[in-house]
Amino acid sequence: MSQHRKQVSGWTAAIIIIVVFSLVPVAWIVFLSLKTPATATDGSFIPHQWTLSNYSDIFNAGIFTSALRNSIGIGLISTFLAVVIASAAAYAIARLDFPGKTIILAVTLGVALFPQISLVGPLYNLWRQIGLYDTWPGLIIPYMTFALPLSIFVLSSFFREIPWELEQAAQVDGATPFQAFVKVIAPLAMPGIVTTFIIVFIICWNDFVFAISLTSTTAAETVPAAISSFPGVSQFSVPYGDIAAAAVVVTIPVMILVLVFQRRIVAGLTAGAVKG
Amino acid sequence: MIAVTAYPIIDAVILSLQRSDLRFPNATKFIGLANYGHVFSAPVFWQDLLHTVIITVISVSLQFVFGMLLALAMHRVIFARGFVRGVALVPYGIVAVVAAESWQLAWSLQSGWIPKLLGLSGDPLSHTFGTYVAVITTEVWKNTPFMALLLLAGLALVPDELQEAAKVDGATTWQRFVRITLPLMKPAILVALLFRTLDAFRIFDTIYIFNQGAQGTESLSMLNYNTLLDRLNLGLGSAVSVVLFLLVGLIAFVFIKGFGAGVAPGSEAEQ
Repeated sequence: MSQHRKQVSGWTAAIIIIVVFSLVPVAWIVFLSLKTPATATDGSFIPHQWTLSNYSDIFNAGIFTSALRNSIGIGLISTFLAVVIASAAAYAIARLDFPGKTIILAVTLGVALFPQISLVGPLYNLWRQIGLYDTWPGLIIPYMTFALPLSIFVLSSFFREIPWELEQAAQVDGATPFQAFVKVIAPLAMPGIVTTFIIVFIICWNDFVFAISLTSTTAAETVPAAISSFPGVSQFSVPYGDIAAAAVVVTIPVMILVLVFQRRIVAGLTAGAVKG
Repeated sequence: MIAVTAYPIIDAVILSLQRSDLRFPNATKFIGLANYGHVFSAPVFWQDLLHTVIITVISVSLQFVFGMLLALAMHRVIFARGFVRGVALVPYGIVAVVAAESWQLAWSLQSGWIPKLLGLSGDPLSHTFGTYVAVITTEVWKNTPFMALLLLAGLALVPDELQEAAKVDGATTWQRFVRITLPLMKPAILVALLFRTLDAFRIFDTIYIFNQGAQGTESLSMLNYNTLLDRLNLGLGSAVSVVLFLLVGLIAFVFIKGFGAGVAPGSEAEQ
């Protein structure tokens, strides 16, 4: 019994350390966003004076709401397109045996690990020539490029686990190929597709390199880029509260996704990567 | 997909062989490898390479140590497992720019609580050492969960019976960890280190948010960005891009060939 109690207190201590390690910076930015401008620089962790004015500030300023709209729109469109195309590719990789399958996977992985910044120069140049600079497609195209390989990678490791014999079994039982796919295979593939969608959306939502380089105005600037260039009241005052409030708002959707789909994201991120 | 990625890569290579400066658009011409000569003879390139290597080595090492501890905790914890895993994933879900802002505002003497906590009178972000500590803290905090996830997947592959057998034979916890767990986890460890090293080597967001590379923290990606978009020198910037790309490729090659890290799901060979 005392052995057990010792274990319990040991684990309690470990859990407290993990919670502090993970949550202190999050708590800090939340607290900072709730400080009044006068107390924002007092260096205290917990605010002395509480306010929600930073939030009303940023939602009343055009720059943040348009950035939020750009982030959501660009993120969803890029993710949707990437996952649809990747599903077809991953289906081919999982179902068909064709030469060079491993090479395709190696190439996709190579692209995923490519330094994004290396593409920025040529894209900047090209986008300015053909008028895609500072537009939605101007960000959607590079996002898809980076999301596709990862989507194919994750999806093909999910698709590999699907018992494809079921499709034939359904056809033997009189289902048409289309019915077999829609009624049998699609439901089995759905968890993998949803997981991939979330992982890819998080990546697009997080991107900073392309956002800061390929946009310049509220037409396409996403939230990470907007936060980094938030204007202060004057040139010399840093709008701490506004930055913190914007940071909190942009974090909330991702945080909800991560916590709700925690188990699936873990499976998706680790699937395939570690099956040596 | 290949067209979209291949075009900029090829274009980067071509641009890197030209004198191409957006401020002087009419002076564009083919100059062979001269841009590379400029890159390799510029002290700033070697300094930035050193900064990048320092940040990569220290932050990935710390991520590995903390990630391993976190993975062991997530694997073995006897209660509240879902809660622990959820909380531990929080830094992964934080937008990179937000993580950088949070730590930057926390370390800054102007606004932060860390200088006060440590009793510092000067601004830690006003000198090189303090800035490195802050940047590396940010990187470690943000990326340890991902490292832990990859390690956790490897940990799950270690059979419990083996641990039990060694325990019966009188092996201590440490001996079991070093002799059984680590060797069996080797593939997972290599993949985790490979992913994190390649990512850390491209560090950009954190440094941009902290100080855009001031205080001697300019990384290669930062140099790349500055040359391309601040100085608008496409030729020279593209040469930096190509060098950065080759360095990343070299790191991946060393990991895969040198240590035998295998990453290819769906290939029959590794099943």
